[in-house]
Amino acid sequence: MRVDVNAFVGAYPYRRVPGASVEGLLHAMERTGIDVAWVSHLPSVFWRDPMAGNVWLFQATASSPQLRPVPAVHPGLAGWERVLGEAADRGAPAVRCDPLYYGIDAAGPEMRVLAAACGAARRPLVVAVRLEDGRQRHVNDRVPELAAAAVRALIRSDEDVRLVITHADRGFVEEVHFGSTPEEAARLWWDVSWIWGPPEDQLETLLGTIGVDRFVFGTGQPLRIPESSVAKLDLLELPPDQRAAIESGNLAQGLAA
Amino acid sequence: MLIDVHAHFYHDRTPRADWRERNASRLEAGRKIGITIHVASILGSFGRTSPTYFPSPPDLEYGNDALLALAHDHPDAVRGYVTVNPNYTAHACAEIARCLGAGMVGIKLAASRRATEALLDPICEVAAKRGVPVLHHVWQHRRHDWPGQEASDGAELCALAARHPKVRFILAHIGGGGDWQHSLAAIRGGPGGVPNVYIDLSGSGVDGGMLEACLDAAGPERLLFGTDLTIDTGWAKLRYLERLLPPRELELVMWRNAASIFPRGAFPAD
Repeated sequence: MRVDVNAFVGAYPYRRVPGASVEGLLHAMERTGIDVAWVSHLPSVFWRDPMAGNVWLFQATASSPQLRPVPAVHPGLAGWERVLGEAADRGAPAVRCDPLYYGIDAAGPEMRVLAAACGAARRPLVVAVRLEDGRQRHVNDRVPELAAAAVRALIRSDEDVRLVITHADRGFVEEVHFGSTPEEAARLWWDVSWIWGPPEDQLETLLGTIGVDRFVFGTGQPLRIPESSVAKLDLLELPPDQRAAIESGNLAQGLAA
Repeated sequence: MLIDVHAHFYHDRTPRADWRERNASRLEAGRKIGITIHVASILGSFGRTSPTYFPSPPDLEYGNDALLALAHDHPDAVRGYVTVNPNYTAHACAEIARCLGAGMVGIKLAASRRATEALLDPICEVAAKRGVPVLHHVWQHRRHDWPGQEASDGAELCALAARHPKVRFILAHIGGGGDWQHSLAAIRGGPGGVPNVYIDLSGSGVDGGMLEACLDAAGPERLLFGTDLTIDTGWAKLRYLERLLPPRELELVMWRNAASIFPRGAFPAD
């Protein structure tokens, strides 16, 4: 079982991306042996009200059991508590928030309230460090990348909040992990999409220093080809139990609501 | 057969205390994914005693010697680009002659001098005379100067390539950061485009749509497999291309294009 916690559907505003439809995502999943994908609605990341994309997301994923909707929650807009409740009612495995794209402080009071609410609702909160390499972003795409300090602040803000951080590189992961208590770090999961394989062997290093149980499989598709995350795991030649833990077991044990 | 046209190795006078492990890891990962030949460069001391992109002549010689030693130790797996700094014209030309004579198969230009500068011409003239390709570091759409390098972008490399139509240029790491669409537009150019520029697919970037855009801009006849600092992303792109291209065209990207631009005899199948 391979679960991708970092997938999107829908168009990206800054460049043409093939395979952004539901059908395209399903095809890519079949191609790369991904059984289940946690899916968010990409266009609404950039909307004034990102929660307006959730209706489409729920409808688009309803007929595909291998797609699990991860709806957006904007804690600065009225009604977000209802959206969080709806996510739980509909069985969403998590909710996502992209605070810097929404123009709110990533570690500010709104995000802390959201973190506490997610903890109470037993829904992990998915937050992306970035969506694209900062060196290639569109000239008008000036949203800052998520700071490691914000993740440390969020994980400390509520003892029940669980965070899935996507698109983090080695330095980011280390800074947050070793800047947290073991109890805090145990409520953090990192997707492997942005961590380098050989010859730098950064993923191998992190699995040894931080632990296999902190990592989950993620791709960032369709903005990134999903073959990348599969290839880096294949190169590691992990024991089957460790590979299974990253691809689904850690989710099942630590994140399933 | 699989030829990686963009590899790097390290040596004992770089800042990397783990240089042996990194070299071993590249060779081991290469074996796993089927790389037959790593065509590599060493950029001087990688910053230890002169800047990575502005290497001093002594550092260049030490790095090139270290690469020659690696190629000697791994004759079935490693080939070398001779790395030079165009600001030292006489040294660069002498170093090219020395290292090609010792078995290297190409020239590496990093970012010591912009591609549009006349100082690159003597080096390109040697490349034309010796029939070796030039791998040129490229920042995909350089909107301003970046610290630590005098980077060129795709348009600037294409201008150099237009001045030296007999030289085969390799536009480095299309996935290595920056706006690759800008580089592809430069390669496509006007009528006829810039036919002597090849695209090295290396880099950590694995953007959806990038490989399709590369094929659209240059066709499979001008794409080259490469890894640079991340073999995992190189393998991922290869896996993606396996679904995109028929076997004959995939072979072009994997090795046949490389074999056609490097000197005859550089690789086992030649």
